[in-house]
Amino acid sequence: MRNPISDRVVGIKPSGIRKFFDVVSEMPDAISLGVGEPDFDTPWHIRDEGIYSLEKGRTFYTSNSGLMELRKEICNYLHRKYDLTYNAKDQVLITVGGSEGIDMALRSMINPGDEVIIPQPSYVSYEPCAILANATPVIINLKAENDFRLTAEELKAAITDKTKVLIMPFPNNPTGAVMEKKDLIEIAKVVIENDIYVLSDEIYSELTYTEEGHVSIASLEGMAERTIVINGFSKAFAMTGWRLGYACGPKEIIAQMTKIHQFAIMCAPTTSQYAAIEALKNGDDDVREMVEAYNQRRRYLLHVFKEMNLPCFEPFGAFYIFPCIKEFGMSSDEFATRFLREKKVAVVPGTAFGDSGEGFLRISYAYSIDDLKEAIGRLKEFIDRLRAEKAE
Amino acid sequence: MREKILHIIEKNSRIDISELAIMLGASEIDVANELKSLEESGVICGYHTLINWEKTSIEKVSALIEVRVTPQRGQGFDSIAERIYNYPEVNAVYLISGGYDLLVSLEGKSLKEVSTFVTDKLSTLDTVLSTATHFILKKYKDHGTILDSKKPDTREKVMA
Repeated sequence: MRNPISDRVVGIKPSGIRKFFDVVSEMPDAISLGVGEPDFDTPWHIRDEGIYSLEKGRTFYTSNSGLMELRKEICNYLHRKYDLTYNAKDQVLITVGGSEGIDMALRSMINPGDEVIIPQPSYVSYEPCAILANATPVIINLKAENDFRLTAEELKAAITDKTKVLIMPFPNNPTGAVMEKKDLIEIAKVVIENDIYVLSDEIYSELTYTEEGHVSIASLEGMAERTIVINGFSKAFAMTGWRLGYACGPKEIIAQMTKIHQFAIMCAPTTSQYAAIEALKNGDDDVREMVEAYNQRRRYLLHVFKEMNLPCFEPFGAFYIFPCIKEFGMSSDEFATRFLREKKVAVVPGTAFGDSGEGFLRISYAYSIDDLKEAIGRLKEFIDRLRAEKAE
Repeated sequence: MREKILHIIEKNSRIDISELAIMLGASEIDVANELKSLEESGVICGYHTLINWEKTSIEKVSALIEVRVTPQRGQGFDSIAERIYNYPEVNAVYLISGGYDLLVSLEGKSLKEVSTFVTDKLSTLDTVLSTATHFILKKYKDHGTILDSKKPDTREKVMA
C-alpha cells in the first residue's frame, strides 16, 4: 500500500506539551499550574445571550466574514481601546479562535521560500503554521536579560532579502513579556525600512498590567497597512470554549484570508458570534474585574518567588510567569517531570515554546489565590529539597 | 486602593493584611491604616461568616415579613424601624418603596417561634397596620455566593 501520510506534516514536530499532557492525564490527583485559559466562567450575561440566540432559532450560517453587527462592534472596540481604525465591511474577518487567523494570515501572505521571523519563546502554533504555508521559519531566541522583549538589533540580524513576515507575539505566552510603545517604535522602523509585514498576535491584549496599557503595533504610523492584527474573545472575556477570534488588516490580505476561511471553515460558530456582540457591548466591567484579579495573583507570585530566591523577571502581560530554574542543573523538562512525579504539580517546561525556553518554567496564574498557595507551597518544598541535595 | 480593598475583603474577610498588601502592590502600613479608617468611619460594619445552616443539624427557620405601618409625625419610619430592629431575632430591616413599607428579615428556631414573634410582637405594635409573612423554603444564593456550588475544575491541566 502507498504511504497515506504527507511528508510535510510528518516533518512537523508534535507540540512539546503533548508528551507532558499524557503523563498528567495518568495522574488524576495531580494539581496544575499548567492551564492556558482563564479560571473564570464566561460572564453570565454573555452566556445568556448565547442561550437566547439558540432559543430564537438563530442556528444558521452567518456570512463568511461573520455577522456585520459583530464586525462593527469589533471596529468600535479596537478604536476605543487601541486607537485602531478598520472598516467593518472589508477589513475584519471573524475566525474560529485566534489560531485560525494565524494560520490563514500566513497562508495568504507567503510564497514558497519566503521567510517568517518567529521570536521565541512563544505560542506553539507559529512555526508549524509557517511550515504548512510553505515558509521557512527563522527563529529569534529572545533573551531573559531583555525581559524577553524583541529588540531592533535582534530583528535586523534576522532579516534577509527573503523575509516576508515578522510574527509579534505580545503580550507573550509563555513569558508574560509585553512590548511598550517605545519598544514598538524601534521595531516599526526596522519593519518599514525593510518592507516586511507584521502578524501581530494580540490575543492577550486586555491582560496588560502596565500604566500605559496594551499598545498595538498597527496603531503606529505607517504600520496599519502592513500589519494583520489577530485578537479574540478567549482570554479577554473568558470564552475559550466558544472558539471565536478575529483578524483585522489591509483589505487585500483580509480578502484572501476570507477566501480560505470560506472554503475551509464556512463561518465561525453563530451562537458564539451573538454572545460576542454582548461581550463587546457590555463586558468592560467584567474584563476590568478579571484583570484586577490576575494582577493581584501576579503580584503575589512575584513576591513568593522573590522570597524563595527563584529568579524571575516581572511579567506585565497575559497570565503567565516565567521563573528561571538554571541553578538546579537540570533541563526544564527534567525539572517539570520530577516536580510532577514527586509533588504532583503540573507546570509546563519552557522548552515547549522554543529552545530559548530552556532553563525556565511556564507557570500560569489562571487559578484562585488559594489554589496558587497550595501549588506554590509544593514548589517551595521541592526547591528546598533540590537545594539541600545540592548542598550535600 | 480603598475600593480594591473593599472588593477583596467583601469576598474574603479572613485575608491577612500582609497578603492584601502584596496583592495590591501597597505597603502593609498603608493597608492597615486604610482598614482602620474604614472600620472607624463605619464603612466596614463587621466581619461575618456565611453559613449554610441547611448542611448542619441545627434547625433554623427564616422568613421575610412585609410590614405596612403608619409613619409618625416628625420621625417618619425611623422610630418604628428601630422598635423592630432591636429584637435580636431580626436579621435585617429595610425601608421599601412600593406596596408596603418595611421588609423584615427574621431567623428563628422553628416555624412556631417565627409566627409567635409576628403575632405577639410585630403585629401588636401601635403603628403596624398589617403584616404578610413569607417563609423561606430554600436558599440558592446568599450574599453573592451560590450555596452548594463546589464546581470541579474541568479545564485541561496542561495546554499551550
